[in-house]
Amino acid sequence: MATRATKKKSDYGPIYKGHEGQYSWLLHRITGVAIILFLFAHVIDTAVVGWGPEAYNRVVSVYENPIVRLLELGLVAAILYHSFNGIKIMLLDFFPRLVPHIRTLGTVTVVAFFGAMIPITWIMGGQIVDLIRN
Amino acid sequence: MATSTEPRHASLPPERSRQRDFRGGRDRPVGGFELWSWLFMRISGIVLLILAVGHVLIMHVQDDGVGRINFGFVATRWQSPIWRTWDWMLLVLALIHGINGLRVITLDYVRKPGIRLTINMVFYILGFTLFVLGSVIVFTFDASKWPGAT
Repeated sequence: MATRATKKKSDYGPIYKGHEGQYSWLLHRITGVAIILFLFAHVIDTAVVGWGPEAYNRVVSVYENPIVRLLELGLVAAILYHSFNGIKIMLLDFFPRLVPHIRTLGTVTVVAFFGAMIPITWIMGGQIVDLIRN
Repeated sequence: MATSTEPRHASLPPERSRQRDFRGGRDRPVGGFELWSWLFMRISGIVLLILAVGHVLIMHVQDDGVGRINFGFVATRWQSPIWRTWDWMLLVLALIHGINGLRVITLDYVRKPGIRLTINMVFYILGFTLFVLGSVIVFTFDASKWPGAT
């Protein structure tokens, strides 16, 4: 039987050598790490509320910056992607009969993520535009 | 006489490997701590779907988003024990879920056990410190110490 001993580059997607499920696996990791690193900072900045209004209001004033607001939008996107992909993982693990439909579920996850991000980007983008105008 | 065997899985083209038999489900730990960790990630994940996504929608999307958040906003919000409980549960579950996630990642990328333990200990100590700090603040915060601030 003739099988190729080496795989052609076109057998894989670009850069990351795997099937599409490995992209979602990688994105789950990257978004997870981003979220926990933000959480470390976020517990500290929220704890400043215990030092009174002057200190806390100075801390939250970092959000009066359009670039910080764009990072905030990225954080929301990371949390939503991690959530939707997490639902997919739980469905597959708790209902193994769904595993043959793994690719369909992956597509549903991506569609749901973008479906949620469109109105959120519209709303948060509007907040950023208001911030720049004022 | 055949003296060599046919190359097997390593050289299967992707078209074939895509038809793998998935009926047994995805891999999961067979027992012990890793199985509890596996289960915790999923159970806390379900709860965090409500706590974290709800938190994000309320604090970052609703009304003017983060632009309306200041000392007065937090003081008003934390008048309710429900929000204090919500925020505390979010703190605890997100810290454990996230730090356990980091531990699983170090299992993949940090081969030397000593270095891996050191990295994980740093995260455990940081996580415990933030847990104590966050718990103290969320349960002892008293806006009346700053009259007129709200």
